[in-house]
Amino acid sequence: MFEEALLHVCNLNKQFGSGCSQCSNPSSRMLEKNYCPACGTVYACQDISFDLFPGEILGIVGESGSGKSTMMQCMYFDEEVTSGEAFINDTTLEGENVFALSSQKKRYIRNNKYGMVYQNPVHGLKMNFSSVGNIAEKLIAAGNRHVADMEQTSRELLESVHIPLFRMKEEPQYFSGGMQQRVQIAKALSNNPPVLFLDEVTTGLDLSVQANVLDLIKNIQRESGISMIVVSHDLAVIRMLADRTIVMLNGSIIEEGLTDQILEDPQHAYTQQLVYSLL
Amino acid sequence: MALLKMSDFGKRFTIHYLGKTMPAVEDINFSLEAGEFIGIVGRSGSGKSTILKSIYRTYLPDTGSILYDSERFGLIDLAQAAEREVLYLRKYEIGYVSQFLNVMPRTTTRELVEKALLEMDEPHETACLKAEKALEHFELDPKLWDAYPNTFSGGEKLRLNIAMATVKKPRLLLLDEPTASLDQHSKEKVREVIQALKASGTTLVGIFHDIEFMEELCDSVFYMQTQELAKKAQAGVGYES
Repeated sequence: MFEEALLHVCNLNKQFGSGCSQCSNPSSRMLEKNYCPACGTVYACQDISFDLFPGEILGIVGESGSGKSTMMQCMYFDEEVTSGEAFINDTTLEGENVFALSSQKKRYIRNNKYGMVYQNPVHGLKMNFSSVGNIAEKLIAAGNRHVADMEQTSRELLESVHIPLFRMKEEPQYFSGGMQQRVQIAKALSNNPPVLFLDEVTTGLDLSVQANVLDLIKNIQRESGISMIVVSHDLAVIRMLADRTIVMLNGSIIEEGLTDQILEDPQHAYTQQLVYSLL
Repeated sequence: MALLKMSDFGKRFTIHYLGKTMPAVEDINFSLEAGEFIGIVGRSGSGKSTILKSIYRTYLPDTGSILYDSERFGLIDLAQAAEREVLYLRKYEIGYVSQFLNVMPRTTTRELVEKALLEMDEPHETACLKAEKALEHFELDPKLWDAYPNTFSGGEKLRLNIAMATVKKPRLLLLDEPTASLDQHSKEKVREVIQALKASGTTLVGIFHDIEFMEELCDSVFYMQTQELAKKAQAGVGYES
């Protein structure tokens, strides 16, 4: 390979439930989708492995319940993984499986290496803090202490996501869905993370607002070279953003490839069905 | 050494809901030297586009090899290359032009051409200049430069497509019926660009319906029906076989 991965994930597993004799062996388990009918354990992510390279947008597509959001939550340490490893190519974290780190170190990674944008802005923003305050919160977490600097950074960020200056002190709860999403993106970017996670960020927005947010994401990627993982059930969004795409079904990766190849020459029966359904 | 060499190449499509696997092309063999222009001729449905799309990895090749002599990677089999390698080659070395325009919505014509250059690390100022020059060359009306291409005519979309691919000065350019929806005058324009690209050393593989148009430009022709490659005589009239 001619370049090194920024993020290397191997064999990520996440299950909800303790498993039973019928489902604990991955090779012989008989599941209904991702659910063990005998004990009720849900295998949300099964053996997920992938690499994220510098400056790329990696798309993850799949239907509701395919495990893509759980995978993102595991990556961002919102959920504890059942098993698996992830490595960040960073001098201070060389060779360390980040899933096995102390919670203090995980917090350091969240605050300095990762940015996250949730589908629902309620999870990413404090709705009753001012927009500037929301960003300052993340900046303080990343170690900033200088108030005037932080305010300046917040202004620039909010401006870059097209929040009008005169509304910056307002609380996001008074903003429209598209604006809330843009504040969330500004907040996620505030610590200059090398990796940004975007979980269904345009779902529920109307078309023109969706196009705005997509434009914004694409511009950020081009100008700052941040690596991004974009999760969406919407192939049209993936087509616009991602260079490479992973298709998930029932907690497993069933196919991966260049995005245009996934769309024009899908290999797996499920992916074909997905592509034929594209409007 | 050949710049591109397809050996025993084959591609099948498995359509799961029909439970069928259909071969699109089989046992394709041809090669071309740097700076050559090869035209592919065949009936509709004979698999011409399949070959082009497989070289570009829009289709996943099944059998055989597609050896490409890359500037960055040396000799590389495009049928086996890693996805990131293919992405690199698309960005810097291999271009693809079809009659369909598939671009980011709400991006102006000018921005689209600039982006093609910016992703190759071209500085912003020169990217602007080069983009304008390309648009001018393809006679896209300056009124349209700051418009979104959604409402463009077939010919305008195509010329934009060609502009986007050629500003990058690719080493290998794949042309998928680039003259399909053009009038005579626009075809002439395309011919000029192809000639200029050839003169600058670009290697080309093209599919054309317009045999006459192609014959004047190509160094050799690959016939899908007989799967034979015919070299065109140096003088430019007639074929060896």
